Amino acid sequence: MDAATDAELVARCRAGDEAAWRALVDRYARYVYAIAARVYRLGPEDSEDVFQEVFARVFERLGTLRDDDALRPWIAQTTRNCAVDSLRRSGREIAVDEVLEDIDEGLDHLDEALTVHAALERLAPECREILDRFFRRDESYRTISADLELPSGTVASRIARCLTRLRDALEPEPGRNQPPAASGEKVAEQR
Amino acid sequence: MTPEEHIGLALRALPTPPTGWVEAAKELPAARRELETIVERIERDVQFRERAIADLEAMLRSEGVEPTPVVVAHLRRRLET
Repeated sequence: MDAATDAELVARCRAGDEAAWRALVDRYARYVYAIAARVYRLGPEDSEDVFQEVFARVFERLGTLRDDDALRPWIAQTTRNCAVDSLRRSGREIAVDEVLEDIDEGLDHLDEALTVHAALERLAPECREILDRFFRRDESYRTISADLELPSGTVASRIARCLTRLRDALEPEPGRNQPPAASGEKVAEQR
Repeated sequence: MTPEEHIGLALRALPTPPTGWVEAAKELPAARRELETIVERIERDVQFRERAIADLEAMLRSEGVEPTPVVVAHLRRRLET
């Protein structure tokens, strides 16, 4: 995962750096997918169309982004627009109304999740792997234990230790205006 | 809920999209270059242009390009400009 800021990635993409484009897709693929599939509850086909349309628009219109630091809200808004278009095309206007109330809450939750995922990418590989396996891939202690050749107790303690490191990574650095990822508290966007 | 439990929930909140979708998005720069080659050929080759007008999706398939809705929409927009 590229450690560049969003603004740096955008600048490199504009300069034609294809590695930067791939890093941008890696960074936002889960977010776009979650907005389409979880917030707007689109089915697999519609989610795929929205997913591809969002990245196509981002690729085409990156030059029009006025604030390079605003990549995340821009991608969120683009995904919302594409998802609503998809619902309307499929004649599901009623569904749009049904999900509207949940959308802001859902997007806030995903923004927070994206911030946590970004912090995860800054951890040591050992922590990234075990947290990725346990939380993102939903692997059991037994599977992780077998794959990594570790006793189950070690898997559990490593997950706990790595979660603590991740929590520390989410603490605001002095001079940065970011609240911690505390219980029930919204994590600020890191841009 | 502890901060760690809260973080665990956040980690689970973003599902992994199918690998093929992500790879297709990553390949956009190369795919766009390929489409531009097709647009140039449409502009200079009358027979090719007629094939594209008659059946854009079939023409794309014959050129080895998957005519996804996004690709077809992009090509139509390019041809209109």
